[in-house]
Amino acid sequence: MSGATSQKAFTAQLKKIYTWYTGGFVFFVIALTILELMGMPRQWIGYVFLIATVLLYAGIGVMSRTSDASEYYVAGRRVPAVFNGMATGADWMSAASFIGMAGTLYLQGYSGLAFIMGWTGGYVLVALFLAPYLRKFGQFTIPDFLGARYGGNLARFVGVLIAILCSFVYVVAQIYGVGLITARLTGLSFEVGVFVGLAGILVCSFLGGMKAVTWTQVAQYIILIIAYMIPVVWLSVKHTGIPLPQLVYGSVLQKVTAREAELIDAKTPAGAKEAEVRKIFADRASAAEAKLKALPGSYDTEKAALQKAVDDAKAANAAPEVVAAAQKSLDGYPKDAKAAEAAWKRDAAVKARANAPLRHAEAFPAKDDKARDIARKNFLALIFCLMVGTAALPHILMRYYTTPSVKEARSSVFWSLFFIFLLYFTAPALAVLVKFDVYTLLVGSEFAKLPAWVASWSKVDPSLLSIVDVNKDGIVQLAEIAIGGDIVVLATPEIAGLPYVISGLVAAGGLAAALSTADGLLLTIANALSHDLYYKMINPNASTATRVGVSKALLLVVALLAAYVASLKVADILFLVSAAFSLAAAGFFPALVLGIFWKRTTGIAAVLGMVAGTVVTFYYMATTQPWMRSVFGVTSPVSDNTWWDIAPISAGVFGVPLGFAIIIIVSLITPAPKREVQELVEHVRYPNLRGDTMNTTSN
Amino acid sequence: MQLTDKHREYWSRNLRLTAVLLAIWFVVTFVVGFLARDTFSFNFLGWPFAFWMGAQGSLVVYVVIIWYYARYMNKLDQEYGVAEGEEE
Repeated sequence: MSGATSQKAFTAQLKKIYTWYTGGFVFFVIALTILELMGMPRQWIGYVFLIATVLLYAGIGVMSRTSDASEYYVAGRRVPAVFNGMATGADWMSAASFIGMAGTLYLQGYSGLAFIMGWTGGYVLVALFLAPYLRKFGQFTIPDFLGARYGGNLARFVGVLIAILCSFVYVVAQIYGVGLITARLTGLSFEVGVFVGLAGILVCSFLGGMKAVTWTQVAQYIILIIAYMIPVVWLSVKHTGIPLPQLVYGSVLQKVTAREAELIDAKTPAGAKEAEVRKIFADRASAAEAKLKALPGSYDTEKAALQKAVDDAKAANAAPEVVAAAQKSLDGYPKDAKAAEAAWKRDAAVKARANAPLRHAEAFPAKDDKARDIARKNFLALIFCLMVGTAALPHILMRYYTTPSVKEARSSVFWSLFFIFLLYFTAPALAVLVKFDVYTLLVGSEFAKLPAWVASWSKVDPSLLSIVDVNKDGIVQLAEIAIGGDIVVLATPEIAGLPYVISGLVAAGGLAAALSTADGLLLTIANALSHDLYYKMINPNASTATRVGVSKALLLVVALLAAYVASLKVADILFLVSAAFSLAAAGFFPALVLGIFWKRTTGIAAVLGMVAGTVVTFYYMATTQPWMRSVFGVTSPVSDNTWWDIAPISAGVFGVPLGFAIIIIVSLITPAPKREVQELVEHVRYPNLRGDTMNTTSN
Repeated sequence: MQLTDKHREYWSRNLRLTAVLLAIWFVVTFVVGFLARDTFSFNFLGWPFAFWMGAQGSLVVYVVIIWYYARYMNKLDQEYGVAEGEEE
């Protein structure tokens, strides 16, 4: 049993290394705090965090460099369950989870919980249906399994295409996030940020493949969880006196709910002020809509009216400032009808701000029962797509190839979800705590005495936070605050009154989340191309060194391509991320699960099912999602194309059942799979069976 | 290699456990979500119950499901002699 002993020693050594590492990181943050108190400028703190963490990841990459195939593709298959759990956690939690999720919860209340449940509950499916069996199968990629189970290159090729489709849109969004965070942390431009971040990603995955990525992801998980927890705990102490936000925010939620009722009810003094502001927005929007409707004639009448005001003021010998004001609104008038249309459309969009604030804890808020039913349907459909998508994204499933055994793969799913859970069950608490701060401390305060964090963030980026005294009463109303979701996480350290170092730490945590996910995704794409396409289909005689070399070269190409696409700032990147889940769910989940649980599943059925599921999902998005519609030139009304009022983000809810149905029906009318395929299925079901047809050893 | 009755029994116990756990997963996610406004809107330690389930309760259940599955299956492997490293 020397293998087991050496594995034990290896685990013990890992524990020691990462304990020292965590201690060192904490020490580093404390040292920076002391330097800040001694007067180190903020800009420097940003640079130190960026350089120190990227160098750290690069250092791990250099130490883990390898050109051995098993090390490169599956980290030598000796990653202990706990560490694989941490790596999966970092791999899984992207910039969207780290920065965006608490903001989504802040803005959407109960509806945002679809992301919390969807992105955790999917691991139940991973644990029950996939991880142990894929580990027993024991090759390198997901298309590997499809190729072996469904007898040939066609299934493998379809798998490669779907893997690339969903991973590429996802990696573009991560690199975009890296660019944003780097820019914010250092003040460099977005494009420079993208390429600095890219260097951090590449030096790691390029040199050491899965091995380097795994050990870096563990390090990144530790940073991101520390960075997430410190500000929330502090804020919880500020509002409740107890440092366990997850357990005590129920009482804060009750206070928020009471405050919401007060602000919504126009009979209370605060509520009346809110109603006043909302009415101003409603009037502004309807005036703009009226002008839009009367185009092009309204352009000239409006201009004439302004001109008349100037002339009247002059004729009546009005005070110079009145004339100047009239002249100013005339000068500010759009140059032509087209510009006027754009400006009025912007004005008409403030209609959304005329709505009463949403009740955070209310499920499916809507105006009537029918609308509530639609909201509920979409809530459940989104959860379904996110869950099944989680259990089908290749960069996550691939991680379970890296554990030493089936037993460890099972435990590893538990540890993965446990480490993800720590962040996910904190995010709803953070959203409520920040909401409490805004609703009770900011709303009702005087414009002359805004808190410091408000001033600094509205200066950084007005799309994140802007407050304008709409009704000119000198008091902040909730309706006067326009808030962007990302600020919830980014500004928490300042809201909680922590030093700037913690803000830097949060940005470094966001960077770790984005980099680790990008690493895993890039590796998935490069492996699908080099291992499945090149080695298995084009050149089966390639030597190990050639394969790893090809993979590294492709990694570079894909990374540069993704960075290029990200730097174009393609519209609707958030939609594309969610689309990746629906596409992966429809493409992979039925074929993978049926392949393991139903021996009768045939190759041609699986291929047809994968294609049909993906195509119908893609088609639904292309005909109902605004950006996709414009790309594909769809002009028919959206309402003609929606099925049962399902939003495009949940298109997988059609693709997954269709995939299952087609695979089952076609399997039943085609001849049963060959005996050796059936033996492969048995081989993956029983941890100790040695397959006759498969080479299960890890090279 | 030939499958024995013992193998089949192992597999059917695995399937049974998988079905039970999946049913629990379904109830805490979709049934609670579906009835969020009605049955499950009562107050639970300060939270409306459906909100608490969505934010914390269901997550805890997911973690426990996976923990239990790993523990049970790892034991079952031993019991049926199909654990890795155990050749027949």
